[in-house]
Amino acid sequence: MFSTGEIIIQQIVNGLILGCFYALISLGYTMVYGIVRLLNFAHGDIYMVGAFAGFFVFGALAAVTGTGWLSIILAMIAAMFLCGVLGFLIQRFAYRPLLDAPRLSLLITAIGVSLILQNAVMILTNGEFKFFNHSVNPRAGITFGNLTITWIQIVLLGITAILLISLTWFVTKTIWGKAMRAISMDRPTCRLMGINVNTIIGITFFIGSALAAVAGVMACVYYGNVHYFMGYIMGMKAFTAAVIGGIGSIPGAMLGGLLLGLLEAGGTQVLGSSWKDVFAFGILILMLIFKPTGLLGKTEVERM
Amino acid sequence: MENNNLNKINNGEVAVAQEDTRKRGFFTRIIDGFYNFMDKTYNKVIVYGILIAFVLTLPLWASNYILQVAWNAMFYMLLGLGCNIIVGFTGMIDLGFAAKFAVGAYTSGILVHTFGWNFWLTLPIVVLVGMLAAVLIGGPALRLRSDYLAIVTLGFGEIVRIVARNLEITGSASGLSGIKRPYIFGVQLTRIWMWYYLFIVLVIIFVIASNRVKDSRFGRGLAYVREDEDAARAMGVNVVKYKMWAFIVGTVMGAVAGAFYVMQMAAVSPNSFQFTQSSNILLSVVLGGMGKVPGVMAGAAFFSIFPEIFREIGEYRMLFFGIALVLVMIFRPQGLWPDRRRR
Repeated sequence: MFSTGEIIIQQIVNGLILGCFYALISLGYTMVYGIVRLLNFAHGDIYMVGAFAGFFVFGALAAVTGTGWLSIILAMIAAMFLCGVLGFLIQRFAYRPLLDAPRLSLLITAIGVSLILQNAVMILTNGEFKFFNHSVNPRAGITFGNLTITWIQIVLLGITAILLISLTWFVTKTIWGKAMRAISMDRPTCRLMGINVNTIIGITFFIGSALAAVAGVMACVYYGNVHYFMGYIMGMKAFTAAVIGGIGSIPGAMLGGLLLGLLEAGGTQVLGSSWKDVFAFGILILMLIFKPTGLLGKTEVERM
Repeated sequence: MENNNLNKINNGEVAVAQEDTRKRGFFTRIIDGFYNFMDKTYNKVIVYGILIAFVLTLPLWASNYILQVAWNAMFYMLLGLGCNIIVGFTGMIDLGFAAKFAVGAYTSGILVHTFGWNFWLTLPIVVLVGMLAAVLIGGPALRLRSDYLAIVTLGFGEIVRIVARNLEITGSASGLSGIKRPYIFGVQLTRIWMWYYLFIVLVIIFVIASNRVKDSRFGRGLAYVREDEDAARAMGVNVVKYKMWAFIVGTVMGAVAGAFYVMQMAAVSPNSFQFTQSSNILLSVVLGGMGKVPGVMAGAAFFSIFPEIFREIGEYRMLFFGIALVLVMIFRPQGLWPDRRRR
């Protein structure tokens, strides 16, 4: 039997893993929102496409590099690149023509893109669950008494940590990161200052989508299956995470993601899994009532 | 370039004035032609006459299947008209309209099914519950940035569905079924043609209500809020109050439509309220040309009949639909059926 303490630790680990997924996806939301004020509805579906890209690349690599960690990492890198390009293309052809249009048009376009991605993948995969057969033992790991923290969990946490740190470095230390932050403050002025706004927006979409793809491939490895509808609920929760952290704030998205993962794991333990989603959205609504700017967001006056 | 885009923002009058100086597109010419044609009273009488005769005589010669589809189309028109008050008139984004019709459907369904009420007596309760729901969702969200409302309505839509799935009183995952259908003048509404005529009456009531709202002082205030919130505020329009009332009116319309829906179906289940439902309602408003009552009705009819006609292409239809949506937004942001141009 598990003691209460062990259950708590187990749930913290589960929550952290879930939080990694949320954090990686919500970064894409928050970066895009910060820079073009778009609630990118298609982002959850990019996560799903990333999972499928990883799945297919992994299948192709299995014969050459085996079904172990090497293939998983290669599949992850390939999925990052593919999704990054996809995110860039979506931005180029669907969103860029509408950047100065009313925000409702942009939002509707995003819903349209989401429908396209979901249904295209559904047709390609016949709407089936695909099972990700890697040869990594899902139970092996470091054992403390009754508890096991698996290698998969450790590697996923490690990869997330590396990505979050490099993203922070990119945004705060490089010239592109500086340009991103500038655009999120004042787009027209950046244009006047000679910043190539469209390129920077493209880079933002590339990075956000690549991060979502990592989360997608990780979800493949962790849960063992992929499905064309997996992006919808994940996207919504990642958005919740972004709001909790303060939308537009990159550290906020990381914090919000991890926090939401932990809260959800705890809430599921207490209330039962059928209330899991209510719990997440309930937090979202409470957050909006009591602290709409989020934990790390700045107060902002809306200009219509 | 920049300037043109800015003008598109107020997709009503300003864009029209701009457009006149440019070459008119194929689509615009068709619509103009239509409006010119309808200018003559003679033509107008004929077109409306044919339309009314067609709608009224449909049950005499059409199959039950066609009646069912037509009924469904009218149901979507009711929802679209409700959503139009929120999205079209006021410019708020509502991604959870299905929750509003779920609120009405479950309120009425539970009162009739579990407590044995007369359906007609549940309607005032449905209105009250609808108002309450609107205040609950809108109260916190309307003061915030406009896309927060989108996400709150979306979250609320999910919550309503999941709560309905988990509670005993709403019949859990299987929902309520075998609900007793209501009577009118002692006749039980069991046949689809009865519902067809009842819904014609409802659509007419909703259209009149929408037009009354649109032409009132309140409606003009809403249009002002939609076009320029800051200017509206500066002119003394109480923006939050106006938005709140628009939200309440739209929600109540959705709830009432839901109450009638559940009586026709004699059943209700949480699966009827998925996000696809909400997005279809929103899209019918947007594609129909936001805020235009006939446009919204055409949009709703299109959205409910389109899947029936395109059954052959089956799973591809949502894909085409998504592509069409993106193209419409890029090339015709004012919707497929905009207002006539001012001269």
